[in-house]
Amino acid sequence: MSDFYIKTGTTSVPTERGYYGAFGGRFVPETIVPALEELTTEYAQAMADPAFHAELAHLQQTYTGRPTPVTFARRLTEQLGGAKIYLKREDLAHTGAHKINNALGQALLAKRMGRHRVIAETGAGQHGVASATAAALLGLECHVYMGSVDMARQQPNVFRMKLMGAEVIPVESGSKTLKDAINEAMRDWVTNVRTTFYLLGSALGPHPYPMMVRDFQSVIGVEARAQMLALAGQLPDVCIACVGGGSNAIGLFHAFRNDDSVDLIGVEAGGSGIDSGKHAARFADLNISRPGVLHGTRSYVMQDDDGQVRETHSISAGLDYPSIGPEHAYLRSLERAYYTSATDDEALAAFRTLSEMEGIIPALETAHAVAEVIKRAPTMSRDSVLLVNLSGRGDKDLDTVIKILGDRL
Amino acid sequence: MTHRHTRPQGLPALHTMFSTVATQKRAAFMPYWSVGYPDYESSLEAVLRLAAAGVDAFEIGMPFSDPIADGAVIQMTTQKALENGTTVKKCLEAVAALRGHDLQQPMMMMSYVNPLLAYGPERFVQDAKAAGADGFIIPDLPPEEAHYFSEVCQREGLALVFFLAPTSSEARIRLVAGVATGFIYAVAQVGVTGARDTLSAELPDFIARVRRYTPMPLVLGFGISKPEHARAINQMVNGFIVASALLRESQHGLAAMQHLAQSLREAIATP
Repeated sequence: MSDFYIKTGTTSVPTERGYYGAFGGRFVPETIVPALEELTTEYAQAMADPAFHAELAHLQQTYTGRPTPVTFARRLTEQLGGAKIYLKREDLAHTGAHKINNALGQALLAKRMGRHRVIAETGAGQHGVASATAAALLGLECHVYMGSVDMARQQPNVFRMKLMGAEVIPVESGSKTLKDAINEAMRDWVTNVRTTFYLLGSALGPHPYPMMVRDFQSVIGVEARAQMLALAGQLPDVCIACVGGGSNAIGLFHAFRNDDSVDLIGVEAGGSGIDSGKHAARFADLNISRPGVLHGTRSYVMQDDDGQVRETHSISAGLDYPSIGPEHAYLRSLERAYYTSATDDEALAAFRTLSEMEGIIPALETAHAVAEVIKRAPTMSRDSVLLVNLSGRGDKDLDTVIKILGDRL
Repeated sequence: MTHRHTRPQGLPALHTMFSTVATQKRAAFMPYWSVGYPDYESSLEAVLRLAAAGVDAFEIGMPFSDPIADGAVIQMTTQKALENGTTVKKCLEAVAALRGHDLQQPMMMMSYVNPLLAYGPERFVQDAKAAGADGFIIPDLPPEEAHYFSEVCQREGLALVFFLAPTSSEARIRLVAGVATGFIYAVAQVGVTGARDTLSAELPDFIARVRRYTPMPLVLGFGISKPEHARAINQMVNGFIVASALLRESQHGLAAMQHLAQSLREAIATP
């Protein structure tokens, strides 16, 4: 591994217009521009209101179960024979993934703004479940758009959403996955913008969403930074997280952005392999992924020569998305963060390894980050420290994994 | 594209068209069609049939894989167009081919922003001008993000249309009025494109609110589908766009579509 980063402070993004360097912005139909302006103002007011923070902190402690622990992965560390591996346990947050951090924050904001109807999109179903949960908790009406392909591969989550009173609306357009669910959610929002709060699940979309989602997820890194100092007596040398839209990664990275000694590594979905073209690694092959505009923000977009968005492939629904949050494109352009990928097979192997070595079944999304840990830890010295965001638990993926591994276990 | 355009192009063409309909005391009928739907040749035929129905200008629709401002009908037609291999280049060829058929009316090219970024905004505007287009409608490009496009269009003398919606604040009406060229696209319904049974009750208030800030021509779109709608807005705005209703009608054949276009045109005929 020869990664040379220029470490640059990144303290003042986004700009007032929602830009992270050349990325971000607000490329949306006029009908929802006023709603985004209102949301930006209301969000700023909420952030300046100690009562809002207190209410969110109270829910994080008494409902989500924060702070989530950091676990030292002793057996995995010994087996790999290199860096000491620590896991930030977002899988232990209520609903089993980091998505609840953002969902609760935005749902509280929706309530504060007097919006009683919330809509959400979901890929793996984790954001849909988190939104349904927050809506049930706060007494809001919740509609979740989900691609029919994703509904088939994430059945348990569909059922969980319905149990909590959310309506799950199948999306049949395009590739029937996360991208199309976002299209449909945006169409709903354009139509019902006066009464509806769009509870967007990742650090993407038009300003202020990438900022707002980052802020609500930054609790991950804030906690983990203090926990590492207490537990390991030092900051990690490397932080690793998987990146679909990029909310768990930005949530972890944000607290470490000015710690020049900490390398930040995002892991994209390598699908069937970068050479196959069947993947969702937006930074891996710049022949098929270039800066462009999708879902209201300028970032890297997997697209053909004519600017049509490409279909992506990943074993994990949550990483199966053709664009990436604009702040990741910015951190990459600054060389503050480094991005790599793990294939479906590598993620599956990591899924098994973590289950067997640590008794923790990770989400398939998370398994991509674990795959990078398995590659990287052995190359690092035994006194170095590696922190991985264990962004979600894998129960939701058992159907998928049983189909692949069932008779090989 | 060696033929010479004798017609005025760009802003003067739109100005002339709006002046003409004003003297006839009616609104301009400006239908939309998706290039490549149901196939490339038929889409040209559809536009020529609309011309035969006596329409005043055209919105020439370019397909995009993720049309977030469009309802089911335009999603379907542009998806079909993509399956038919409709590229940005093919859409430019369509405009040139229509001018080759002696189509005189202003043609506005409608696209989401990403295909234009991929093609290169400056090159696109220049090639569109060479093909005979008069301006652009880009639904996901609000004024805040449009500086570069605005600059290029201004240099080439083509129109860059911006939208206003019933949700737009007075500050945004002033902003759009300050930068729009050619006309302002007034969104008749809070929502996505698609035929509606009735027009929104808040329409007169919305139009009056916009009128307070700008003398620029206002063209109404989203949901307009019937002759009675056209009659109702004929004296309220300077033009109107019909898209989904015509595309939907064409599933019964282009002749049926042309018939609907004629009835819409007759609805605004000067008495």
